[in-house]
Amino acid sequence: MKELVCIVCPKGCRLHVDEENNYSVTGNSCPRGAEYGHNEIKNPTRVLTSTVRLEGGLYRRCPVKTNKAVPKRLLMDIMQALNSVSLKAPVQAGQVVLPHVCGTDADVIVTKNL
Amino acid sequence: MTYDLIVVGGGPAGLAAACSAWEKGLKHILIVERDKELGGILNQCIHNGFGLHRFKEELTGPEYAGRFIKMLGDTGVEVMLDTMVLEINARHEVHVISAAKGYEVLEAKSIVLAMGCRERTRGAIGIPGDRPAGVFTAGSAQRYLNMEGYMVGKRVVILGSGDIGLIMARRMTLEGAKVLACVELMPYSGGLMRNIVQCLQDWDIPLYLSHTITDIVATNGRVSHVTVHKLDENRQPIPGTNLEFDCDTVLLSVGLIPENELTRAAGIEMDPRTNGAYVFENMETSVPGIFACGNVVHVHDLVDYVSAESERAGAAAAAYVLGGAPAGDALTVKNGADVGYTVPQRIRVSNVPKAADVFFRVRRVFKNSVIEVKAGDQLLISYKREHMAPGEMEHILLPRKLLDGVSASEITVSAKEA
Repeated sequence: MKELVCIVCPKGCRLHVDEENNYSVTGNSCPRGAEYGHNEIKNPTRVLTSTVRLEGGLYRRCPVKTNKAVPKRLLMDIMQALNSVSLKAPVQAGQVVLPHVCGTDADVIVTKNL
Repeated sequence: MTYDLIVVGGGPAGLAAACSAWEKGLKHILIVERDKELGGILNQCIHNGFGLHRFKEELTGPEYAGRFIKMLGDTGVEVMLDTMVLEINARHEVHVISAAKGYEVLEAKSIVLAMGCRERTRGAIGIPGDRPAGVFTAGSAQRYLNMEGYMVGKRVVILGSGDIGLIMARRMTLEGAKVLACVELMPYSGGLMRNIVQCLQDWDIPLYLSHTITDIVATNGRVSHVTVHKLDENRQPIPGTNLEFDCDTVLLSVGLIPENELTRAAGIEMDPRTNGAYVFENMETSVPGIFACGNVVHVHDLVDYVSAESERAGAAAAAYVLGGAPAGDALTVKNGADVGYTVPQRIRVSNVPKAADVFFRVRRVFKNSVIEVKAGDQLLISYKREHMAPGEMEHILLPRKLLDGVSASEITVSAKEA
């Protein structure tokens, strides 16, 4: 049994997730809470946001993100992969920087026109 | 030429106000922005979570700003970048200076103040100890890291658990720094639960509640060590509870202050509770034709609410220029038990469309509770809430019909357990 605080809304319900019983959730007060608790224990994912090197732009860094949530355990691997990226201005928001990053189905994309 | 409207500041508040005033029929609008680009502080907030209310999707700061910059591009609104406003006055003159054009005095029929806020610094909270390099506000460190490309340190202690501090704890960790601790004076965090989980717990960064930094030690001019103490109920350090950290950087996330030097110098009436101007129902200040919106009025949690408030200010500026000043007596809105302030502070009932928006913060954490609006002892309306906290701005709508029936000159907003 794992305990966690729900972050879907500001109420902060204390969820109990039973790993031995198909990750069933108790303590939630809405269906979104149950879904959050289930996924957060079974397969936690995050959208990663960071920056990459930019040459010839207004600033030296260009903001990027994964266009989908990626497994939490891969975040540092993706950060490593971003270290080798260098873009040349101009760049457009939405432009793909690294497709299928670290074997996921997510692309790293630019988030600002620079 | 006299502008219909000059907007001071090109961040989220200024962008939304200008777009809205254009849509309502003003043709000569100018935004004056001191930075090199529009978008304000959103440009350095590269994390996501913006726009859930407004666009029903999670955007990063630059993406959220990008939506409004694109909208502005479809209007005829003029923009002056790299230009600092030095003074405004009740005659609606705006004094500006820039490297490109020097000193100019611009005239406008209306003004929207959208200067935002700035961070409290070490000086504002008086941390004892040496005065070395390596102490930054979390927002400056964020700009260095996310835009200018400088890593500000390798071993970090963060003072304050506001959202910017939490976001920077994760950001510094992702970039390879070791964040040793997040230290919070209060017994609860000022940040969103989502950020506590995703920025601290995800990375095993300890959060010390009811603790503060009691000493900063320097070696060769740079931070080398900090001491942290647990605090008693009077917020005094408890001897013997010290925690010692070897670190090279201290980040401060200890609150935001609306940036109102221009407002004060213009003689606009200020509210000591918000550190912003007193505003009417349409975000007009005590000086007719000068409006204010966004974090310069009161510090918001969500940019979505800044945009909505600023659109009301822009629309009101348009109504003022095209239709003249609103008339009618004003009802004073007072903060009662456990409510820290209200915005607006004054409501001209005859100028309220269907309902008046009222925003406020409660002073403590509430579970099942009610917000009560009273005229004297008479209860006008109440609103149920399952959860309220000082870190979450509350919003109620006061129907025009209800306000029409109030004969008193003031109403009070208060909170209590249900």
